[in-house]
Amino acid sequence: MILTYLIGILMGGGLLALLLGQWNKSLPKWIALGTVSIGFMLLVSFWIDQSHGVNIFLSETWMAEYRHDWIPAFGISFHLALDGLSLLLLVLTFFLGILAVLCSWNEVKERVGFYHFNLLWILAGISGVFIAMDLFLFYFFWEVMLIPMYFLIGIWGSEKREYAAYKFFIFTQASGLLMLLAILGIYFIHGSNTGNYTFNYFELLGTTISPDTAFWLMLGFMIAFVVKLPLVPFHSWLPDAHSEAPTAGSLILAGLLLKTGAYGILRFVLPLFPEAAQSVASWAMLLGVIGIIYGAILAYSQTDLKRLIAYTSVSHMGFVILGIFAFNELALQGVIMQLVTHAISTGALFIMAGMLKERLHTRDVRLMGGLWTQMPQMGGTAMLLAMASLGLPGLGNFIAEFLILLGAFKANVWLTVLATCGLIFSAIYSLWLIQQVFLGPKKTPDSVQDFSWREIILMASLILSIIWLGLYPQPVINTARPMINKLEKLFVNQSTNNKHVNNLHSTICIEHASSTASFSNTIKLV
Amino acid sequence: MNAPISIEMVMLLAGILFILGIAGVIIRKNIIFMLLSVEIMLNAAGLAFVAAGSRWAQPDGQVMFIFILTMAAAEVSVGLALILRIYHQHKSLDIDKLKEMKG
Amino acid sequence: MDYLLWLIPAFPLVGFIVLALLGKHLSRFWIAIIGAGSVSLSAILTFVIGFSFLSSTPTGGHYSQTLWTWLEVAAFNPKITLYLDALSLVFVFVITFIGALIHIYSVAFMAADKDYARFFACMNLFVFSMLLLVLADNLLLLYLGWEGVGLCSYLLIGFWYENPTNGYAARKAFIITRLGDTAMAIGLFVIFYQFGTLVIPDILALAPSTWHEGATIATVAALLLLAGGIGKSAQLPLQTWLPDAMAGPSPVSALIHAATMVTAGVYLIARMHVIFQLSPIVQMIVAGIGAATLLIAGFSALTQYDIKRVLAYSTISQIGYMFLALGLGAWTAAIFHFMIHAFFKALLFLAAGAVIEALNHEHNMFKMGGLKNKLPVIFWTFLIGSASLAALPIISAGFYSKDQILWYAWASEHGSPILWLIALLGAFITAAYTTRMMVLTFWGDAKTSVGHYPGKLMTIPLIVLAFFSLFAGFIELPHNFGQFTLFSNLLHQVLPETVLKAGIHGELLFQLLALLVTFGGIYLAYIFWYKQPQRIEKLKRSAPLMSLYRFWFSGWGFDQVYQVLFVKPIVFIANINKNDVVDKLYQGITTATVHLYRLLSFTQSGSLRWYIIGLVIGAILILSIQLML
Repeated sequence: MILTYLIGILMGGGLLALLLGQWNKSLPKWIALGTVSIGFMLLVSFWIDQSHGVNIFLSETWMAEYRHDWIPAFGISFHLALDGLSLLLLVLTFFLGILAVLCSWNEVKERVGFYHFNLLWILAGISGVFIAMDLFLFYFFWEVMLIPMYFLIGIWGSEKREYAAYKFFIFTQASGLLMLLAILGIYFIHGSNTGNYTFNYFELLGTTISPDTAFWLMLGFMIAFVVKLPLVPFHSWLPDAHSEAPTAGSLILAGLLLKTGAYGILRFVLPLFPEAAQSVASWAMLLGVIGIIYGAILAYSQTDLKRLIAYTSVSHMGFVILGIFAFNELALQGVIMQLVTHAISTGALFIMAGMLKERLHTRDVRLMGGLWTQMPQMGGTAMLLAMASLGLPGLGNFIAEFLILLGAFKANVWLTVLATCGLIFSAIYSLWLIQQVFLGPKKTPDSVQDFSWREIILMASLILSIIWLGLYPQPVINTARPMINKLEKLFVNQSTNNKHVNNLHSTICIEHASSTASFSNTIKLV
Repeated sequence: MNAPISIEMVMLLAGILFILGIAGVIIRKNIIFMLLSVEIMLNAAGLAFVAAGSRWAQPDGQVMFIFILTMAAAEVSVGLALILRIYHQHKSLDIDKLKEMKG
Repeated sequence: MDYLLWLIPAFPLVGFIVLALLGKHLSRFWIAIIGAGSVSLSAILTFVIGFSFLSSTPTGGHYSQTLWTWLEVAAFNPKITLYLDALSLVFVFVITFIGALIHIYSVAFMAADKDYARFFACMNLFVFSMLLLVLADNLLLLYLGWEGVGLCSYLLIGFWYENPTNGYAARKAFIITRLGDTAMAIGLFVIFYQFGTLVIPDILALAPSTWHEGATIATVAALLLLAGGIGKSAQLPLQTWLPDAMAGPSPVSALIHAATMVTAGVYLIARMHVIFQLSPIVQMIVAGIGAATLLIAGFSALTQYDIKRVLAYSTISQIGYMFLALGLGAWTAAIFHFMIHAFFKALLFLAAGAVIEALNHEHNMFKMGGLKNKLPVIFWTFLIGSASLAALPIISAGFYSKDQILWYAWASEHGSPILWLIALLGAFITAAYTTRMMVLTFWGDAKTSVGHYPGKLMTIPLIVLAFFSLFAGFIELPHNFGQFTLFSNLLHQVLPETVLKAGIHGELLFQLLALLVTFGGIYLAYIFWYKQPQRIEKLKRSAPLMSLYRFWFSGWGFDQVYQVLFVKPIVFIANINKNDVVDKLYQGITTATVHLYRLLSFTQSGSLRWYIIGLVIGAILILSIQLML
């Protein structure tokens, strides 16, 4: 039930904010803050409950489930379920949700009610995407998060907002339609195979599809997800959308919306089409590596602060693709860590860019410089975030990138070596960013304020989480483990036994002691 | 006098009338004349229906003609009203001067 | 004593956290107490733990303490474990002891700086990271320390951030070392998949049974680790960042860019010596790199006019000696030279810093001079440091450490006459540039007046370091001086003994030769820069010599080559692609759509007759097609 409550309070809170926003300008933000906080607390207490229980370490993957018929004639049901991966991403959603409300506290002055309505509905859509276990419902939530985001960019964005909003909308919508086609494809194939027409994820898992069809269907899903991720060469909506969106919009885009792409691949592409996914693995990894380096080089040349950060996202998301298609536990755990830590570190950078814009009224780094003198706190924070984004050990991003690279090294040595070189480029752009904005001679004549208390709380929560994830990431790893193990087994079985796995569930029940091919058997490189 | 006129002849007449109508619509500049030409085209079609009806000894042709007649009447009234409004607004009935789309 | 181990890095960490968070609100007095106090506490604790280690060697030859499991994924479970054996003990001792002295010196040196708290915060963070580096029991934790010291180096080189050139030097240092670090990270992957673990003692135990000597994979792993070491230790071809790193305050140069961080590469190679032993080729490369670096940097040092750059090149050169020793399999000699070098180079940097501050930030040696009588304490300590650097026989510690390396260059089983000759030539150059620096700074006429004199807080650390630069050598005497080898006895718990060629003797002869060469170098510099400076003027008139001089002065043109080969192309590509060529593709789709729409909207002219003509033509076409079919 908690799952419906979570989505319900977000949607309800949004409507309430919209209605009350007509009368009072400050009420909507309090409502939004209240709703998201309640959701966050609900979730965290649920997480703590779960981790106290033993089942988190067992292969009992699904922690909560809710199912209700919606349109039974077409086999559509309102089906929500939660496993470790969903839980982590949901916690992240609500955490960043709170920060998104806080960071737009003073920024938004027009149509406050509608703004918060959009914000909450985006969060609702994202939460829905993370827990929907019915493909139709999934598609529904996929659209729910898209449209309010379009408004958020189009109404509250900066100068080129309409262009950016269109671009964002067309990219995601066009790719989303491909996914709808693929969903319908698998729906009809499964229906004609078994006579049971259903959108239920668990029932569709075992569908037997001929390899050719599977490839095209997989591509349909894949394109929708990699556009969202984004993978080079589908990334070009991202810099525009990120740079034009209001601060909270950028935060949600970078922190959450991109993650839905990775989540989709992990949840749908791999389990539904394991063989097809394997057949494109090396291409996907190659594109991931290109993304890492290409994004980093582009980031270096940008002069717009938010665009720069946006391109670093492209670079970091390359790691995600690299890790996913390495198909082993190390890399997949790294991917999950990367999703979480990238959301936090890049989100924090976007918030900081918003704060700078509030103070200096520009995003052009050429006009900034020497801000450390006046804002040592912000400078220190920015330094830490830059270090996080270049992968300094001790911070969460390092764990993520190291695990991904370590896992990918097993799958493909040379691509991993190239990807590791991305670490050099990330150092180049991160240090360039710090130099341009905070170091060097002072360029702005007027004095600027350092952090206010609201901003200190915002940033401290982000920084503490990133240090925590860097020094003791085990809670995250443990939470994701059952899901990851399941995924990995899917591929270990495939490669060792070379037989089609009919049902994901069967792999959990039947413990192939031999086929798990534990990592401890040292793999010889030469 | 009673010599039956062959259906081909009537059809030819209807065709000529129709082409005259089309030519009128295309060539004329004045909207009223264009409307007249449309009427001619309608009547050409009506004539063809009547002739065809008598050829097959079916009442449908005449039924269709009555339909066309009522429709033409309605069309003329609406069309004339519009033309009146246009004349009031633009003080002209020249179709080329009234054209607003740039293409 | 195991359970106290965590406190050694914890003190500086606490110091860092307190200073970073509350630095703004603390008075200078408290900042100094916290900053210098935390490291001093670590130093005292190191003495206590070291004493207990030396008096009764623990079982297994190490203390270790596991704090918590960092992460655990599949079989990959690095722990936060501290591990102290003889090798790390030497490093921890140097880091905390010299670190504490430098912190105390900095209390006075940085007293006028507005960012007092930031300075000490970064210094404490550095000491913490460096301690973690040498205390790590697994390579991942070592990597944490490794990158951490890189960060601190970056922060402190760019400490005076208003000047963009400082920022440039800092970025250069970070990025060039990161090149090496990246290779090292790949080395970690290789090692993990070979041994299934990153725990250093396990790797060292497993390696000989897993790999046979000269195996390709051993070479690969050793080369990758070596790349990491080269970056951090500023060896060929990644040495270019260190001279620029002198943009930082002098205590930073003393601590980070002379005594500790730049020797991390030496530590890494010594720590992983088993892997290097399994790959004789790589060991030869190590020796070759060391030899080449010590010569190249030595010649560059001879031409610099900035006193700190002389010292920087000299550091590169001396680390070259350490690499040479590592390559020769003279493990303990390398570590011994590291320790002695840390003492005298820290001393030289601190003394140089005092000189620079006394002369109102004058770096140019040619504008100094005559300071012998004006700054006596600094003169004497500097002289002792220089003697040690030039390896003045018998009385200086530097002699004992460098003599060992020279001897092994000839006598070790990997040694060869060429390496020995290079090392000997290096000793000659070292003596020459050291004397040149001494003479220019302290003798001759005073060219700049002394602004203010260093206080006790600055001179006491200098005196302590001078004491060690003189006498620390006596714990390890050359073999023909009697069997007194405390230092290598200790280290042989961890590091293997050096294997000598059969039938080599005549150590005394080599010592005499080295002595001759040292005095030759000193005499040469004395003639050229003090006694008969007109000779230099005469040499300057020769064009080929001048271009050689400029070549050496610019550090053998490495910077220029890298600029052309790497920096410019990358910046060029980045700049022409600023607007993202992929975006052009989508722009292209948009443009095509717009054109198509223009084309079609042409037909929508608003002219009724065209519509009708279109209709008629269409009808005729359809009818005729139907008729024809």
